[in-house]
Amino acid sequence: MVTIYQGKSGLSRRELLKRGSAAGALLIISGSAVLSAGEAWGLESTALKPETLATLIQMARDVYPHDQVPDKFYAIAIKSHDEQAGKDAAHKDLIEKGIADLDQKSGAGGYTGLGWEDERVAILRQIEDTPFFQAIRGGLVVGLYNQKEVWPIFGYEGESYSKGGYIARGFDDIEWL
Amino acid sequence: MPAPYGLNDDSVVVIIGSGAGGGTLGNELAQKGIDVVILEAGPRIEYEDFINDEWDSFGQLAWLDNRTTGGGWRVHKDFPNLPAWIVKAVGGTTTHWAGASLRIQEHEFKTLTNYGKVEGANLLDWPITLADLEPYYAKAEDKMGVTRTNDIEGLPGNNNFKVFKAGADKLGYKECHTGNMAINSADRDGRMGCQQTGFCFQGCKWGAKWSTLYTEIPKGEATGKLEVRPSSHVLKIEHDDSGKVTSVVYADKDGKMQSQKARIVCVAGNSIESPRLLLNSASSKFPDGLANSSGQVGKNYMRHTTGSVYAIFDKPVHFWRGTTMAGIVRDEAKHDPSRGFVGGYELETLALGLPFMAAFLDPGGWGRSFTTALDHYDKMAGMWIVGEDMPQEQNAVKLHGELKDKYGMPIPDVWFTDHPNDVAMRNHAYKQGMAMYDAVGATRSFPTPPYPSTHNLGTNRMSEKASDGVVNKWGQTHDIKNLFVSDGSQFTTGAAENPTLTIVSLAIRQADYIAEQMGAKSI
Ligand SMILES: Cc1cc2nc3c(=O)[nH]c(=O)nc-3n(C[C@H](O)[C@H](O)[C@H](O)COP(=O)(O)OP(=O)(O)OC[C@H]3O[C@@H](n4cnc5c(N)ncnc54)[C@H](O)[C@@H]3O)c2cc1C
Ligand code: SF4
Repeated sequence: MVTIYQGKSGLSRRELLKRGSAAGALLIISGSAVLSAGEAWGLESTALKPETLATLIQMARDVYPHDQVPDKFYAIAIKSHDEQAGKDAAHKDLIEKGIADLDQKSGAGGYTGLGWEDERVAILRQIEDTPFFQAIRGGLVVGLYNQKEVWPIFGYEGESYSKGGYIARGFDDIEWL
Repeated sequence: MPAPYGLNDDSVVVIIGSGAGGGTLGNELAQKGIDVVILEAGPRIEYEDFINDEWDSFGQLAWLDNRTTGGGWRVHKDFPNLPAWIVKAVGGTTTHWAGASLRIQEHEFKTLTNYGKVEGANLLDWPITLADLEPYYAKAEDKMGVTRTNDIEGLPGNNNFKVFKAGADKLGYKECHTGNMAINSADRDGRMGCQQTGFCFQGCKWGAKWSTLYTEIPKGEATGKLEVRPSSHVLKIEHDDSGKVTSVVYADKDGKMQSQKARIVCVAGNSIESPRLLLNSASSKFPDGLANSSGQVGKNYMRHTTGSVYAIFDKPVHFWRGTTMAGIVRDEAKHDPSRGFVGGYELETLALGLPFMAAFLDPGGWGRSFTTALDHYDKMAGMWIVGEDMPQEQNAVKLHGELKDKYGMPIPDVWFTDHPNDVAMRNHAYKQGMAMYDAVGATRSFPTPPYPSTHNLGTNRMSEKASDGVVNKWGQTHDIKNLFVSDGSQFTTGAAENPTLTIVSLAIRQADYIAEQMGAKSI
C-alpha cells in the first residue's frame, strides 16, 4: 500500500548533489516523487504536492525527533495523509493550507529553510492547537510508533508467543540491581 | 453442549454481558440446573486467535462504538471518544484484564462510617460487610486460581518487578510481592502456567490467565443449561403492566431485531452500558428509566484514582518481558488521613509496549522532552497507581441528547471530574512512586496521567435504602424484583483494590440468592 520504494532513485549521486534539495540536505523532489539522497528510497505523491510531502517529513521529525530513526520511517508515517487527501478534498485542503501557512510563518526560505530544529519547533509551537497540527501529530503517534520495523530501533521486541514467551528468554535477566 | 433456548421460552434467566459478572453468574446458575441465556454484544473469539500486538488486539476486542465524554478529567481532552477501555467480546474485559485479584478491605465497605462526611462526595456504606463476602471471596479465589491463595505459589518476578521491589525495599515498604494474580503459576484447572509472554492486556494466548471466555462459559455450557449468544446487542428491557420485566429486545448478528422472553433479567454490561441500558429502557410506567426511582442510575460513576509512574535508568530493564502486572506494594492501601486524603491506594507494576507507551506516556505531548523518554524505552520501568476515588453525583453516565448508535439508541456520554481527595491521593502516589525509582538510581521519571478507564464502577450502586441507590445487597433492583445488576456498577464505593475479584464474588453470591428465590417461587 505504501509506495515507499527502495533501491536506485534513477538519479546519480552527482545529479543529486547538483540539484540541491527542497527539504534540508536530505530530500530531493523529482517529478512527483520525494527522493532520499542518503538512503535509497523514494516516496511517490499522488494527491499532495511533492514539496508538501517533503515538508511534512521534516515536520514529522520535528514533532517526534528521534535521531536514530531514519527519514524513511517518517515518510511512511505521513504517507497516509497523501492517501487520504486523494479521497477527501477537505483533508487535502487542510494539509496544503497547513503547510503553506507553516512556510509563510517561516520567512523567505520556508519551513525547511530554517536550519535549526529549535527554529522550526518555535513555528510549530505557534500552530500546535490548530486542527492541521493535531491531525499530523495524532496520525504520527500510531503511524510512526506502530511500525514493526521501527520497534527494534527502540529495543522493543514485539510479538513473543511464537517464541514461547520470555520464560526462557530473559524475563528476569536484570543484573545491575 | 450449548443448550439452544427458544425466543418465547419465558422460563430462562437472561444475562446481558458475558464478562466477569455475567460469565460467572451464567456458569453458577447453570451448575444449579437453572436455564440461562447469555446475550453478548461482541463476537466469540477463542484465545488461540488473540493477537500479540497492542493496536491490532485493541481493534480485535475493544468496545469501539461511539461514546462521548465531558467534565474536567484529562481523558475528555486526550481521548474524547474513548472514556473507557472495555472489551466487546465473549468473556468481556476478562480477556484484556491483567489478573490482579485483591479483596476489598473491611473498612472500605463502610466508608461513610470510617471516613466521615467528605464534602462534595456521595459516600455511603455498603449494605454488606467483608464477613458477608468472605466465603464468596474464597470460592472466587479458588475458581480463578489466584496466586498466594489456596496454596498456589506466587508468580516469579520479572525485570520490572525486580526494579520495583528494590525501590520498595529502599523506601522501607513491607508488603511488596508479585501480587495475587488470577494467572496460573503452574498448570491448574486444565490450563497451563504463565509463559511470561508479556501480552496480558492483549488476551493470554496460553489461557494461563483466568477469563470467563475459557473457564466459566465452557463449564456452564457443559451442563447443557447455558446458551451463549454472541453478537447479540441488547437495546431495551421490557416489562408488563405490573412492572415485572418480561423480555429483552436485541439486535442479532445480522442487525435484525429479536425479542427474548425471560423470567429474570440480569444486567452485566459493565458500568457504562448497564446504566445506559436501564436509561434507554424508559417507558410510560418508568419515564426516568428502569429501576431508577432513586434517580441514581448512571450517577456516582467511579474509575479509581489512577495514574502511572515510569522511570528511566542508565541500564536496560526490558520491562515488557513477562507478566504485565505481577507486582504490588500494599503499604499505602490503608486509610491514614494524616497523608492529606481519605482512603488508600495500591502500587502495581505495569509495562506497555512501544506503541501504547507512545500513545499514553503523555497524551498530546511532542518534541524532545517526549521523544527522549521513548529513546530509552528499553531502560524503562513502570508502575500503576490504583486508589479509592470519591463517588460524586455529577460524575455520571448520561444519555447523549443528540447522538444515536446504529440501532437508533442514544449513545452514552461519560462525565467525570476528579474530587480534590482524588487529586491529593494521586499526587501522593506520584511522589512515592518516583521516590521508589529514585532510590534505585532513576535518572528521570514521569508522572503519567490516567488512561481511559479500565475500572468502571458505581453507576447502579448497592444501598440499604431504596432512596440511596439502585440495587439491594443481592444486586436485585430495589424497584423491580426480577431485575438484577450483576457487574461492577453495583459497587457502593470503589475501594483501593482492582475490582474484578469482588465482581466475581458478588456474582457467585447472587447466583445463590437467585436460585433460592426461584426455589421459593418469589421471583
Ligand atoms: C487493560 C485492562 C486491565 C485490567 N486489569 C485488571 C486487573 O488486573 N484486575 C482487576 O480486578 N480488573 C482489571 N481490569 C478491569 C476488569 O476487566 C473489569 O473490572 C471487569 O472485567 C468488569 O466486569 P464486568 O462484568 O463489569 O464487565 P465486562 O467484563 O466488561 O463485561 C461486560 C460485557 O457486556 C457486554 N455488553 C455490554 N453491553 C451490552 C449489551 N447492551 N448487550 C449485550 N452485551 C453487552 C460487553 O460486550 C462485555 O462483553 C482491567 C481492565 C482492562 C481494560
Ligand atoms: S504473561 Fe503470562 S498471563 Fe500474561 S499473557 Fe503471557 S502467559 Fe498469559
